[in-house]
Amino acid sequence: MNAQAAAAKPSGAQRALRFVLPVIVFAAGLLAWELVVRIRDIPPYVLPAPSVIFLTLIKDWAVLSQSLATTLLTTLEGFVAASIGGIALALLFNQSKWVEYSLFPYAVVLQVTPVIAIAPLLLIYLEQQTAVVVCAFIVAFFPVLANTTLGLNSVDRNLAGLFQLYGASPPQTLRFLKLPAALPYILGGLRIAGGLSLIGAVVAEIAAGTAGAGSGLAYRIAESGYRLNIPRMFAALLLLSLAGIVIYGVLALVSHLVLRRWHESALGKES
Amino acid sequence: MVASKPSPGVEASLTALAVSLRGVTKVYDNGVMALGPLDLAVRKGEFISLLGPSGCGKSTALRLIAELSAPSSGIVRVARHEGVPQPGHGIGFVFQEPTLMPWTSVRENVRLPLKLAGVPKAEARTRADAALASVGLADFAEAFPRELSGGMKMRVSLARALVTDPDILLMDEPFAALDEITRFRLNNDLLALWRSLRKTVIFVTHSVFESVYLSQRVVVMTARPGRIQADLRIETVEPRGEEFRTSAAYSDYCRRVSAALAPSYSGQSTL
Repeated sequence: MNAQAAAAKPSGAQRALRFVLPVIVFAAGLLAWELVVRIRDIPPYVLPAPSVIFLTLIKDWAVLSQSLATTLLTTLEGFVAASIGGIALALLFNQSKWVEYSLFPYAVVLQVTPVIAIAPLLLIYLEQQTAVVVCAFIVAFFPVLANTTLGLNSVDRNLAGLFQLYGASPPQTLRFLKLPAALPYILGGLRIAGGLSLIGAVVAEIAAGTAGAGSGLAYRIAESGYRLNIPRMFAALLLLSLAGIVIYGVLALVSHLVLRRWHESALGKES
Repeated sequence: MVASKPSPGVEASLTALAVSLRGVTKVYDNGVMALGPLDLAVRKGEFISLLGPSGCGKSTALRLIAELSAPSSGIVRVARHEGVPQPGHGIGFVFQEPTLMPWTSVRENVRLPLKLAGVPKAEARTRADAALASVGLADFAEAFPRELSGGMKMRVSLARALVTDPDILLMDEPFAALDEITRFRLNNDLLALWRSLRKTVIFVTHSVFESVYLSQRVVVMTARPGRIQADLRIETVEPRGEEFRTSAAYSDYCRRVSAALAPSYSGQSTL
């Protein structure tokens, strides 16, 4: 009832509510969790209370922060590779139909094959660190490729005619027309790719398991699981989740800043 | 296809041809005969309207003149400047929609043809600002297209077509989407520009009233495939203004043009 009444109010109050409501739900959930664990006296190796998880996070920060850095680095490498690879491949497809027809099916095959099934193979043929990055790349590059291709093909027909009329060279058309026109689509693809590279990195770390020398967050989760160190599992999971949120937030912010002056998606509803 | 020879230089420059089409036809890939055969000669400095029902090939004729597409048969000749090569082959094109790049400022949009031709930035900027001033938008150089009204966007489009100082201005139903008051004002501004710049204007429209008000010559076209149904001269006291729009001569011309246009619509059951 309250939320509905507030939704009708001006956007300032509504925006505050959109921020406050999830926080309230989160706090209530944590409180209920804490109470259930304390009242029923559940041991931490079955279900740790939020307070215990938080203390573990502080106590094990040295180990966990290092793992976080490792996973973030892998994610970043995978993301950069996926962005460059996806955009470059889309540009190549755009230049030549022959290349597109020859290669596109394989991009799809790479996308639809579950990466968790590819990871063990990659780990055999590649060094572990490389394999993990390649996994992140495989998962993340397709949305960049697909979105960039869509963007490059959505150029206004009359604008293309205008460029033709004024004798624009192919590089000029690419730089001044196709890339700017495709930018909103590319940024949308990158936003998806950011989250997916984290997933790819985690999947590969899990597949590498304890045998590997790596020490990412996913590796910590697997390791803590074997040792029944459940609070640390939760702490590592919390960090992964936070990392995902930050990645999404940063990419959404970049997208907003780049597009805010002209694209519908970044404009306020009232304007 | 398109001969780059200058038009016959025997006659004085006033009567020399700016554009000539001889036996021009256009058949689309799907076998539809869109145009012709069409014979049309436009003198330098003339303001001519192509008037006809939707889909009669008026826009196709403009695209052929602009070399945005090639005729299936026949010859398209466009007079060229001797000496200095001009960007856009000395042709300015105003599309049905404003066709502006939404991601950049009004000034950058107007500067585009010069940028593509490699004109130095400072000079291009000056010329873009001058073109914007000529359509009354000097104060909006920094604005983005989405911040402008429909009529202002069309003015920007006109400024962009004028910035290369073309000999020929091709306009494809440029004011069709505007409200009547804005359209009247732009008609008057266009006439004023034409009087001061003395460019050849080929203006496509499906409005009888607009064609009579603006042009020295109204060419009425038949339904698809477009051919010339009638070629009427509109002679009145220049410069034209609102008094012409309300004069008996004006309504008489409109009646004659409407009568010439009637057969083009007679066979159409869908409209």
